[in-house]
Amino acid sequence: MSEITPDVIKSHGLTDDEYKLVLDIMGREPNLTELGIFSVMWSEHCSYKSSKKWLKTLPTKAPWVIQGPGENAGVIDIGHGQAAVFKMESHNHPSFIEPYQGAATGVGGIMRDVFTMGARPVANLNALRFGAPEHPKTRHLLSGVVEGIGGYGNCMGVPTVGGETNFHPSYNGNILVNAMTVGLADANNIFYSAAAGVGNPVVYVGSKTGRDGIHGATMASAEFDDASEEKRPTVQVGDPFTEKLLLEACLELMATDMIVAIQDMGAAGLTSSSFEMASKGGVGVELWLDKVPMREEGMTPYELMLSESQERMLMVLKPGCEDAAKAIFDKWELDFAVIGKLTDSKRMTLMWHGEVAGDLPIDPLAEASPEYDRPWEETPKQDRIDPASIEQKMPHSETLKTLMGSADLASRRWIWEQYDHMVMGDTIVRPGGDAAVVRVHDTHKGLAVTTDCTPRYVKADPVEGGKQAVAEAYRNLTAVGAKPLAITDNMNFGNPERPRIMGQFVGACKGIGEACIALDFPVVSGNVSLYNETNGEGILPTPAIGGVGLLANVGRMATISLKAKDAVLIMLGTSTGELGQSVYLKNIENREAGSPPPVDLDAEKRVGTLVRGLIESNLVRTCHDVSDGGLLVAIAEMCLAGNVGADVHLPEQGSEIAWLFGEDQARYVVATRDPDSVLNAAASANVNAVIVGHAGGTAITIEGEDPLELADLRKAHEGWMPNYMSATIN
Amino acid sequence: MKARVHVTLKNGVLDPQGKAVHHALQGLGFAGVEDVRQGKFIEIELEGTDVEKARSDVKEMCEKLLANTVIENYDIDIVA
Amino acid sequence: MKAAVIVFPGSNCDRDVQVALQKRMGTAPHMVWHRETDLPKTDLIVLPGGFSYGDYLRCGAMAANSPIMRAVVAAAKAGTPVLGICNGFQILIESGLLPGALMRNRDLKFICKDVTMRVETTDTIFTSHYNNGEVITIPVAHHDGNYFADNETVKRLEGDGRVVLRYSDAEGNITDDANINGSVNNIAGIVDEERRIFGLMPHPERVIEPLHRGTHGAYMFDSLLEALA
Repeated sequence: MSEITPDVIKSHGLTDDEYKLVLDIMGREPNLTELGIFSVMWSEHCSYKSSKKWLKTLPTKAPWVIQGPGENAGVIDIGHGQAAVFKMESHNHPSFIEPYQGAATGVGGIMRDVFTMGARPVANLNALRFGAPEHPKTRHLLSGVVEGIGGYGNCMGVPTVGGETNFHPSYNGNILVNAMTVGLADANNIFYSAAAGVGNPVVYVGSKTGRDGIHGATMASAEFDDASEEKRPTVQVGDPFTEKLLLEACLELMATDMIVAIQDMGAAGLTSSSFEMASKGGVGVELWLDKVPMREEGMTPYELMLSESQERMLMVLKPGCEDAAKAIFDKWELDFAVIGKLTDSKRMTLMWHGEVAGDLPIDPLAEASPEYDRPWEETPKQDRIDPASIEQKMPHSETLKTLMGSADLASRRWIWEQYDHMVMGDTIVRPGGDAAVVRVHDTHKGLAVTTDCTPRYVKADPVEGGKQAVAEAYRNLTAVGAKPLAITDNMNFGNPERPRIMGQFVGACKGIGEACIALDFPVVSGNVSLYNETNGEGILPTPAIGGVGLLANVGRMATISLKAKDAVLIMLGTSTGELGQSVYLKNIENREAGSPPPVDLDAEKRVGTLVRGLIESNLVRTCHDVSDGGLLVAIAEMCLAGNVGADVHLPEQGSEIAWLFGEDQARYVVATRDPDSVLNAAASANVNAVIVGHAGGTAITIEGEDPLELADLRKAHEGWMPNYMSATIN
Repeated sequence: MKARVHVTLKNGVLDPQGKAVHHALQGLGFAGVEDVRQGKFIEIELEGTDVEKARSDVKEMCEKLLANTVIENYDIDIVA
Repeated sequence: MKAAVIVFPGSNCDRDVQVALQKRMGTAPHMVWHRETDLPKTDLIVLPGGFSYGDYLRCGAMAANSPIMRAVVAAAKAGTPVLGICNGFQILIESGLLPGALMRNRDLKFICKDVTMRVETTDTIFTSHYNNGEVITIPVAHHDGNYFADNETVKRLEGDGRVVLRYSDAEGNITDDANINGSVNNIAGIVDEERRIFGLMPHPERVIEPLHRGTHGAYMFDSLLEALA
């Protein structure tokens, strides 16, 4: 009887149609190893079968883009022969099942993606989404994820400098852990994955292979149900120490001229790495699976091909380099094994002790994998919230204190103080501001890095929400004075087989694409995570955007810290009072309603260009973008960062609440001692500019109200998370 | 032959991890937990059959590496 | 003046301290791989921060048994000054060059932040450029910095003025709130009897220029330069 029963096919996540395609491609029934390979290669995670059609529409080119999507990470030119290499990737499902290891291996995986390209990682960021704070699992998941991220990144000696954390009930059963790494490389020494040279040795380096995470890639593409808590054994365990050695060994090898191609073994391990290298290079591969370094006894070809053991790399070396390369890995006490060779067969031939254990054509699997044009529905538009309909419930200062002490806006210090954010000695702007800044080692240049997304906007209007995520990344980079260069996108959505969810994905792609074009801010890498739902409940659509920008001179940059001598606070940009989907509405009126703030991309560009000019000309050293919570929250964050108070003016007409708490886009607050010059510059740039307050004192005083002492505000802002986390364990 | 080594904190040395576990157990509603001390368990595969030699080798391993005798005690169990 | 930085597998502040030594002392240090058995001729040995051997088993325990450590111990005993930062401090303790133990932080979390501490003695080659009782700010980044020693050892350290740095508040008060990791007597750094071996949890190499938001670490390297040049 055949070992390939309908149950076996189903348990490998293949549909009937897909299995028919398997039979067509093979011309016979596959054996179990072959079926397993099809299954992981065609999983959503590896094949992007639901998302490809739309991802292809995203702009990926600019004169400074060296490598766009399709490699392990994107590469951009940052001048002087240097390149920044970066990508963001999700590890959502594993992190829900085992938060420490799930998050840790997510961080390990993304760093590998970056150093595979020849770059030394110089900054990590994390975009995290958890369930409601009151949900019984949230505290445990948050603490495990943070510990896992720290455990891995700290040990690697790569600073974790930024990110974001949201709480929302839609993530109760499906948290999001998106890890981003930025690395530095020589622009003329980037390494790619296309294999070449028939006869060249295929080399395995790093850790030994065990039975870790077998079927992790298919798990990451299936919805959760309550039974998936039983899936714990398939979660991989990270070994940051080995990865640190692997990093140093790979960079040492890359400084020589021995590598033809290199690919890390991430999701779907040896299968996806070997197929991708072969497919890109148009060659065949013969793998000798019994030569793979193994950690456990009795492993089968099936397990070896599907294992997701961490900290491993696959390389094609130039002929005759094996011994010299091995000496480097010996020095670092890592496994090094020649496990195959390139052939001209365009087939993947798996050998097991001299016998053929599998034989598959490469292109049909890697390139002709299924692509779906899934039906989708547009998200119905919501009405704009009329500011006049919102009644003031309490003094504005009290609203401010409530918002600043809410789960949405409270300080994330509890998180980032568990991350080494200073190692490597080049962290110039630490976490807690707009973008973080790391100096390009041994230069005056700086890389500004940020991650952004406002999922509640995306849910209400995927197109505007998609635009907004890109625009906010652009603003955060601009606010430190950096020129925004490119983004990586991590698309986290629910089940694409539901037209409503697919519509969110399509809308977000449209919005992201429009914003990227308008802002000259292309997508150079990314990752898609679908099926993020539990028992039919989808998450808020979350296209997390990781942005990278360049500062020509870290001596000329802005931070959010208010200084008493820069007395005048000026808001640049236009306020119409957008309260839809605002933090105000969520926390004060307890509803998520209305249309999100519209994004005027022309205005974003105009205001952004003005702000960068002001910083570059040294007129402005203090700047903050206005986002969640609106103008007053932005001012308060500047006050807390600089420990300087401010008087805040109210508008002459219109809703005070909309003025203070509206989340209109394309706005910044700058502080200056030379307001006339800033106002003049704004006028000539055709940007609206208003003096909104003055710095000084130890309190925030809103016109007509009692002062709110910074110390009180700080207590609310800094207190929430430590208090929440130290409450009794659930 | 197998050696099983238990490494535990000496009495009087504060054990923050044990304390946290103790606290967590109480939080889970386990009444009557008086104290928790956390330690390490290390299993070593040894060649040969000489139990006494094994014991003295493992003792040396403990002194040199496996335990920090400033704060830790160790306990060796040889399983033939 | 030429220093030697020992690089263990898993060291990750080796480059940072290399940069600091180069910048403050004008000479690039030797970088010595842990598998070497001999040290180059050197005026100062630095054990850098990081996660040698992944901090597996106990922080610093396996590094303390690296081949190079025999040469380091011999050189230290012969009078070559040794500076152990963070993981380097843990290695000094595990190798017996400094007394006590460094345990998991009191609240069990990794801590990375600027910390204020009081300079308890300027009578060392590492701290002569500070003032006695001065409060300085240097970042920490560790999971296991909770200094412990038995009463007798602590008494001896205190009696001999070998506690060099103590976690304090911004005014220099030694309080429990200021004790970030639960160390006995708020100890952040100690020297050996000869005052030539210094282990500390804070990272002076991370605050050596204004862009770091602080320069208090630079004075430690300046002190050493003056003493050893």
